[in-house]
Amino acid sequence: MIRSARSKWEPLAVGLAAFALLGVIPGLNLFAPAASFLHISDFTINLYGKYLSYAVLAISVDLLWGYTGLLSLGQCLFFSLGGYALGMYLMLMIGRLGQYHSDLPDFMVFLGYPRLPAHWVPFRHFWFAAAAVVWVPALVALVFGFLAFRSRIRGVYFSILTQALTYAATLMFFRNDFTFGGNNGLTDFKFILGHDLRLASTQRGLYVATALLLFATYGLCRWLTTTKLGMVQRAIRDRENRVLFSGYATAHFKLFIFMVSAVIAALAGALYVPQVGIINPSEMAPDKSLEAVVWVAVGGRGTLVGPVVGAIFVNALKSWATRAYPDLWTIILGTLFILVVLFLPGGLVSLPARLQAAWRRRSPTPPETPAAPLATADPASTSNPPPSALSAPAGNPGSP
Amino acid sequence: MTARSLLLSVEDVNKEFDGFKAISKLNFYLDQGELRVVIGPNGAGKSTFFDLLTGRTKPDTGTIEFGPRIDLTALNEYEINRLGIGRKFQTPSVYTDHTVFENLLLSLHGPRGVFAALFHRTTAAQRRRIDELLELIRLQDKRGLPAGQLAHGEKQWLEIGMLLAQDPQLLLVDEPAAGMTDEETHRTGELLISLAGKHSLIVVEHDMTFVRQIARQGKVTVLHQGSILCEGRFEEVQAHPRVREVYLGRGKSAA
Repeated sequence: MIRSARSKWEPLAVGLAAFALLGVIPGLNLFAPAASFLHISDFTINLYGKYLSYAVLAISVDLLWGYTGLLSLGQCLFFSLGGYALGMYLMLMIGRLGQYHSDLPDFMVFLGYPRLPAHWVPFRHFWFAAAAVVWVPALVALVFGFLAFRSRIRGVYFSILTQALTYAATLMFFRNDFTFGGNNGLTDFKFILGHDLRLASTQRGLYVATALLLFATYGLCRWLTTTKLGMVQRAIRDRENRVLFSGYATAHFKLFIFMVSAVIAALAGALYVPQVGIINPSEMAPDKSLEAVVWVAVGGRGTLVGPVVGAIFVNALKSWATRAYPDLWTIILGTLFILVVLFLPGGLVSLPARLQAAWRRRSPTPPETPAAPLATADPASTSNPPPSALSAPAGNPGSP
Repeated sequence: MTARSLLLSVEDVNKEFDGFKAISKLNFYLDQGELRVVIGPNGAGKSTFFDLLTGRTKPDTGTIEFGPRIDLTALNEYEINRLGIGRKFQTPSVYTDHTVFENLLLSLHGPRGVFAALFHRTTAAQRRRIDELLELIRLQDKRGLPAGQLAHGEKQWLEIGMLLAQDPQLLLVDEPAAGMTDEETHRTGELLISLAGKHSLIVVEHDMTFVRQIARQGKVTVLHQGSILCEGRFEEVQAHPRVREVYLGRGKSAA
């Protein structure tokens, strides 16, 4: 039962995470002496910033998959579009500091562009690029979603189409004459809003911005999923026909969620790019989107904490494994995915409740525990399951 | 024709799926407030009939009109539902992850748009309406329970409650008694009878005891091979030789 995965501990966990991510980590980077074991290096801050932008991407995947039943295998397209939109601004901020000391970005000089293409010109302005981070992915999602949902494309067909979409976009961005730098993409960034990207303080600022984006995204989705729209969303996931035959235009709801999710992914991409210093078409290749789906599955689908846990856990594992066992990473990832699907369908976040249930079954508890919480007819508790219901479905995690 | 006004008229409707005639030359009329029972052997076209009424499939030829000349064939599922036609599916279709209360809330008559849902606030009047419905379908004690944990019969009742929450003019009810105990079936029958008059109903059913209970002096329609075999009071239909033949098989009608 997916709803039970939201435990009463969640606000506490989120509060602690906010304290750690926004207070402790940047604080230890800034104030702990470099020799101290408490010190967090600039490299680590940068790495964490990357993980957190992946966590935001994972939430956007789960908003579609876990909450609406739409398994998008192309979410990295939107992530990359956000990255490219900000990347264009960053390219133009290099100025004459590039290899060719030209006003044009290096790749344009290299490819023999006479002048800056017209659609690049307004990206000199940060506000324009920031707006494009939002509206370009939203527009792509609107057009694609409109066509897909109007044609009632569901289930696996929707997944295949999203994958095809992102693959087509990859091929397009690989082309040199598409004006986005071909397979090298956009790189060599120097400044953002006048701050030098090579400075630790700038990277720390970007890390903090990413952490703030993560909590804002969490807050937005928490609210969204508790509104009636969130109820409709889950109803579509569980029984779309019932919703359709109850007078709801399910296509409109799916389109709305698809667009919101695209914008969230794009914002994550926009903060990812200045932290890793490059955006190229491989970022939108289908396997990246598949990986994001694995994070969500591992962390716990249909929850908001799960994708964050999954994204950070899998990427931390990846950072370690690609150094320790570089050849085995894809096998490790695949095994992890299979193990989770088989033995922990609720993901890592369901682990505490499962352990608790297992522990309760083993220890001889007093026999007078109510079998099922039937009698709680308190109207105030209708939007949430009664606390005692939390443990009951946890022993039966058959939530597809 | 009685003095009561016509609510639904289906005229000369044909529907073919890959050469299979699911519905052929169907003519069907329903009065306002009427409770009509539709029976027929498997494959008689009962489900296709409901699909045609609710916009899930479109007829190849023919007209389907609702109320004051609204052409249903031009509308899709949610538009037809918003006109006041509610449909209960054969297998209970409830939102298993939502509580009983939420199932009813989602079904309650009201705005259906994305932004209306986003900024929805449940009013006291809506809560009262849900309380009434909960009492009617006897699920007051289970309002906070996820619908997936209800017994089969209770799910059927919940779905009927969800239908009523939409406040429809016409209810299309597909096998409401399937999987119910005799007592539950009887209660379901009483509920449906109590709805007639205020609402109009078309009930598809197999269970003949149940059909006899709810049909009373009203009309029963027998579908066979996509068209109407006969129509009349339950006893008349039961005595009809063709109906016996269709239900019992050829050559046994003399029995």
